[in-house]
Amino acid sequence: MIKPEELSWQGYVRPDGRLGIRNRLLVIYTVKCSEFVADAIVRRSGHPDVELIGFDGCTDNQYAVDLLISMIRHPNVGAVLAVGLGCEYVQPQWLAEIARKEGKPSHWMFIQEVGGTRKAITQGLAWVDEMLKELEHTPRREMFLKDLVIGAECGGSDFTSGLAGNVVVGNFYDLLVDLGGTAIFEEIVEAVGLDQLLISRGADEQAKKEIRYTYDKALDYCRDVRQYSVSPGNFAGGLSTIEEKSMGAVIKSGSRPIQGVIKVSCPPPGSGLWLLDSTPDPYWMQFGITNPNDNEGLMDLISAGAHIVFLVTGRGNVVGSAVSPCIKITGNRDTFVRMEEDMDFDASPVLRGECTQKEQAVELARMVADVASGTPSKSEALGHREYFVPYKYQEKTVAYTKRPCEGS
Amino acid sequence: MTEQSAFQIRLEDNVATALQALDPGEVRLLGDSSTPSVEAVTQVPLGHKIALRDIAPGEPILKYGVVIGRSTSEIRKGSWVHLHVMESIYDERSSHLDAVTGAPRDTKYE
Repeated sequence: MIKPEELSWQGYVRPDGRLGIRNRLLVIYTVKCSEFVADAIVRRSGHPDVELIGFDGCTDNQYAVDLLISMIRHPNVGAVLAVGLGCEYVQPQWLAEIARKEGKPSHWMFIQEVGGTRKAITQGLAWVDEMLKELEHTPRREMFLKDLVIGAECGGSDFTSGLAGNVVVGNFYDLLVDLGGTAIFEEIVEAVGLDQLLISRGADEQAKKEIRYTYDKALDYCRDVRQYSVSPGNFAGGLSTIEEKSMGAVIKSGSRPIQGVIKVSCPPPGSGLWLLDSTPDPYWMQFGITNPNDNEGLMDLISAGAHIVFLVTGRGNVVGSAVSPCIKITGNRDTFVRMEEDMDFDASPVLRGECTQKEQAVELARMVADVASGTPSKSEALGHREYFVPYKYQEKTVAYTKRPCEGS
Repeated sequence: MTEQSAFQIRLEDNVATALQALDPGEVRLLGDSSTPSVEAVTQVPLGHKIALRDIAPGEPILKYGVVIGRSTSEIRKGSWVHLHVMESIYDERSSHLDAVTGAPRDTKYE
């Protein structure tokens, strides 16, 4: 049987040399008012690689614009069409310009200038059709697991998540990092009680300092809103404390050293394991919600360059994601059987003593390579392409600004 | 009676997680365990924790080899470990939640 390090497939080579595993054409709306037209272009193209993302607000927000830009720069994206109404703050021509500088074909339009719904859809579709033909000539190159960036989060957890679902991700992360790949985990608000454990895993003093600040900031946030990331359903399901839930979540980061903390829309500067901070920064901390839904978490991971994202669930989930395929993992056999059209990976055999944790991690590595080679994940095949671009405030590096609870 | 089982994550843990709803009686231990089984002395719901040894008040509860809280009363080996006998070191509110449903008891509905 082929070893994990030998698994390979043909990736898409971007002009800057980075490698993607999909060749998406992104249609971006810059305000809710242009969503209908952008969505119609995507639907009528009828092509699985044509995807919609966008920002609802007219007033812009640096965090939201950075998210859109991170998607344009993502190695899974080959071309960009930006559709604006004509009077909003977010500028479609500047988004198209960023794509152009990346060496990716791009086009933009204002619906007001083009002459309304029907004309804008016609013009957009014509460009998309032409571009799809051009994208067929994107150069290909052999890729390995070491070339991948993988992101993971959990949602709809039950007791199996911390016993099997997140555990197989942690073991896969160790395997990926040892091969030279890149792994990202997030949800620092779900690491309450584990500060010493996380800090001790920092690769160097700088990483330890970043982890400490990011942890303290998240704990402030939880204290401030008197809400820890744990709910009545979690307790009913058998979790007794936030620490217990935290450990069940953090186990998916595996055991390798943490290279440092990265921020949303900022890909890690090197390979290895990284912690993604998705908590708002102290300036206007109430501005934006930490974890509004699972798709925000997936979007954050993709904004950091994840080629594929894992969603670990116990109760089951159906979502997918734009730009990067989502692999859904559950350690709950009943959930897997009940929702088999939606769930990709069954991590329950280890709970029945039918396989070892290591065997299961290798099996997940094979599924990752298969999806990377072009096989659609379950959500991808069903047409799920969710995205979420909120208003929020965040610095682009760990800022060490004074926290609201400091000294109080 | 069908065999009942619980999953112990680390050798040093003093609790294991029930893989079915447990009745008093023998429970097979899967995962990383030094003994093949433990005798349940109470019912333990699916996904909840069972004590693997006697735990004194104030002692840490260990799962993943990590402190996930502390006991608030005497916990007998083989009994159900949850909100009624343990608490978080961080989250003061959760120790007021209902042990069975997890529902809050400190918010008034009137």
